[in-house]
Amino acid sequence: MVKELHHILRDRQTLTILLMMPLVQVILFGYALRSDVRDIRLAVITPAPDAATQELTSRFIGANRFEIVATATSPAAIEPLFRQDKADVALVFDSDFGSHLNGSEPATLLIAIDASDPNTGTTYMNYMRAVIAGYQQELNAANHSVQIVTQTRMRFNPTLESVNLFVPGLIALVLVLVSALMTAISLSREKERGTMEVLLVSPLRPQQIIVGKVLPYLALGFANVLTALLAAWAVFHIPFRGSVVLLLLEAILYTIVSLALGVLIAARTSSQRAAMLGAMLVTMLPSTLLSGMIFPIASMPGWLQPVTNIVPATWFIIIARGIMLKGVGLTILWRESLILVAMAVVLLAAAMRSFKPRLA
Amino acid sequence: MTPPVAIDARDLTRRFGSFVAVDHITFDVRAGEVFGFLGANGAGKTTAIKMLVGLLAPTEGQAHVAGFDIRTQRDEIKRNIGYMSQRFSLYADLTVRENFRLYGGIYGLAAKRIAERTNMFLETLGLVPNADDLVGKLPLGWKQKLAFCVALLHEPRIVFLDEPTGGVDPITRRQFWELIYRAAQNGTTVFVTTHYMDEAEYCDRISIMVDGKIAALGTPAELKQQFGVETVDECFVRLARGAQKGEAA
Amino acid sequence: MRTLGYLLRKEFLQIFRDRFMVAQLLLMPIIQLLLLGNAATFEVKSSRMYVVDRDHSETSRGLVDRLQASGRFVMSGGSPSLDVANQLMLARKVDAILSIPADFEKDIVRTRSADVQLIMNAEDGAAAGVTQSYAAQIIAAYAAELGATLRPTAAQLSAGGSTIQPTPPIEVRARGWYNPDLDYSDYMVPGILVQLVTVVGSLMAAMNIVREKELGTLDQLSVTPLSRAAFIAAKLIPFWIIALVELALGLLVARFVFHIPMVGSILLVFAAAMVYLLAALGIGLFVSTLVETQQQAMFVTFFIVMVYLLMSGLFTPVRSMPVWAQWMAQLNPVKHFITIMRAVLLKGAGVADVIVPIGILGAFGVVFLSLAIRQYGRRVG
Repeated sequence: MVKELHHILRDRQTLTILLMMPLVQVILFGYALRSDVRDIRLAVITPAPDAATQELTSRFIGANRFEIVATATSPAAIEPLFRQDKADVALVFDSDFGSHLNGSEPATLLIAIDASDPNTGTTYMNYMRAVIAGYQQELNAANHSVQIVTQTRMRFNPTLESVNLFVPGLIALVLVLVSALMTAISLSREKERGTMEVLLVSPLRPQQIIVGKVLPYLALGFANVLTALLAAWAVFHIPFRGSVVLLLLEAILYTIVSLALGVLIAARTSSQRAAMLGAMLVTMLPSTLLSGMIFPIASMPGWLQPVTNIVPATWFIIIARGIMLKGVGLTILWRESLILVAMAVVLLAAAMRSFKPRLA
Repeated sequence: MTPPVAIDARDLTRRFGSFVAVDHITFDVRAGEVFGFLGANGAGKTTAIKMLVGLLAPTEGQAHVAGFDIRTQRDEIKRNIGYMSQRFSLYADLTVRENFRLYGGIYGLAAKRIAERTNMFLETLGLVPNADDLVGKLPLGWKQKLAFCVALLHEPRIVFLDEPTGGVDPITRRQFWELIYRAAQNGTTVFVTTHYMDEAEYCDRISIMVDGKIAALGTPAELKQQFGVETVDECFVRLARGAQKGEAA
Repeated sequence: MRTLGYLLRKEFLQIFRDRFMVAQLLLMPIIQLLLLGNAATFEVKSSRMYVVDRDHSETSRGLVDRLQASGRFVMSGGSPSLDVANQLMLARKVDAILSIPADFEKDIVRTRSADVQLIMNAEDGAAAGVTQSYAAQIIAAYAAELGATLRPTAAQLSAGGSTIQPTPPIEVRARGWYNPDLDYSDYMVPGILVQLVTVVGSLMAAMNIVREKELGTLDQLSVTPLSRAAFIAAKLIPFWIIALVELALGLLVARFVFHIPMVGSILLVFAAAMVYLLAALGIGLFVSTLVETQQQAMFVTFFIVMVYLLMSGLFTPVRSMPVWAQWMAQLNPVKHFITIMRAVLLKGAGVADVIVPIGILGAFGVVFLSLAIRQYGRRVG
């Protein structure tokens, strides 16, 4: 193990990369990856402007999220605006809006959204509906219709910052990538060079060899964890409502799982190149797309949801969000933690068994 | 026509930071001769050869290969030389024939000519049944011989061999030198580096490098006489100990 | 030119002899596309709601029924205790809590107005917003219903008028353009495809040159009269072709498995892809001329690719990014290609609409390939 430590420390270039890269990634992506919606570009189509259409339009301006980029009298104006990406939504009044509103027939209007991005499209739509509903309520209040006023409380994330959603996931992604890559590369390099066989025929048992190789990377991984969490706290002001100690422990557990994954990959592949590719493909896309980091698991098709349970990042994200955003402890998170422990044990055992046959 | 002097070097020097790997070496190699560039491991032989073939830029000094300046006429040099590096440098995942075809194509030989010469080499080496085997599967000695033939494929005027016989058994080494003789007989100048002193006997002229400098230069007979010893190996031992006899010719 | 032919032959032979590489290049991306195309969606199907009803009136039950009937909410229990509800939310067993106060019905009858409280689990801010919006709509519709059926209050009668005209509701119709069903896979799959093709293509190309460096075969090639441009071209072309094949396969999957609309010209997509790949592979090749070991090549290319992918607008919209990140996005070839793909496939854009991003991609390609060629020719020292 001491030898391995020397190896790592001597290769300064790689060392800096390994320490800096996760940190840089967390900060970079933490800043850049947002799904908060601002400055929605609105086109207002009013065939017959009147007091009511003006009222409603001014509500939109007052709502602060919208920016009126075009006004027109015909819906035909919408298509080119959308195609050239100049507007996001359009509000189309029908020609008798005001008079209907004052009379007894319903007044209609159309909300057109550029739904090529359905996610933001839905959000835009909801914002627009909210403004319209607000206006409707005002009218109702003046007219003594029934109102049910809903007070909404957003728990754990009152400002609906998307960064609170992403950063725990980012940390999970970055940790698993670096850890799995590190061990996969180092071990497969030894395999390729043949130095692994020298160790295997020595009196050392395979378990000791593997532990000896993995432990220094655990130290590195822990350093990564610390820097990443520090960045989350200092740069993004993510709340840390729960126990920091518990979070650190869980993070170390997660790192062990990732390292074990790397070892298993190294054991199962024949060349360094293959190991690297394997480590990357197995960790990167699943941890981004299947872990609940960006896309909620509840939204995925039924058959896919069990698959997400295999991804270690899924569980760590639940744990991290739980501790950071909700302030819960082991009493609630015991199940997830146990799963991570089980994963670590299974992966390490599998890795060790893969190395054994070489002795024969 | 090769000028009578195939390679000449004047004060050729290469520094890496403060370490001087090649220290003002000066020598000539005549056309058609087998020139042995001897020295211990780390004496600077590989660095020197890399400068001559254009892989490394000299820090000081000058040299000409096949009459072309190594600093300014690299492309002409490349067309006229063959090279076999110390590390095995054929493609292990291509077959014997495919390697020949590739390099023949790179040097601009016509397909028919490539096939002719390939078959000739295969017969010489006795590798005809293995023509379509992956090179990686061949034993080391065969790989080395193969690399040599590939270096000769385009009939270069000069061929540079860097430790061609490293790690092979004595019989294979002998066979290798037979190939070298044949090439020399055809008029090819052979520049060979090695740390096996006994191979010096096979060369027309040799030079011995010690710590980046050329400490001895001449025919094996001349050197043995100079040092009053029986073998070139002994010459080297004397030099290595810092004996003052003899100087660069 | 003939030299190039020989080199290409060698590259293809090497690639196809390495069976692992072939699997990586062709199979893995398709498998991943299938898996991930299904995963990438923000649609909130249904939320688990817990009801704390302290009123137990017909009106309050009516509200709960409406919410349940909408299909968007699954009632996961009820009790008079808000604490129990909060605990359940902490344990991730419910997504939303509806709290109806004790005088709900009375307030509505007397004053035509009542409060309810909606508590959302906002870990996922976007999903919470969407769910809240659904709930708000349902509640507003229920309020309108109530308004139509209740008798006017005494205060209203005395305020004037024997008939009360409730304001007619504003009827809102919503239409999503280009994607009327708001189908997420239409949006994500082209992007995922780009991602896969890029990752595999750039990495493979990058590692290729470094491998020759590591093995020593690069020296042998350097000593030959081989031109630098020919060398780089030979490294570029095989992966370029393979990436295009992959794109074609992926598009087939997109069409027949995910039913992605293909409104615009597929030829245009391929033309854009050809230019894009020059840029993407060019970057990989350039990196590989700079590093010494395959390991370094891996890390560096991978880091660059990750940055490009995550900041490309695939997962999060570019317009939501801070201004400096949006500027960076202009330098991101992946972002441009995704824009082109979506514009052509979903919106039916023509050449004129996408000529600017294509031009940018072309410029990238030229720059990086030139750099790679120049770098390769440098002698050490």
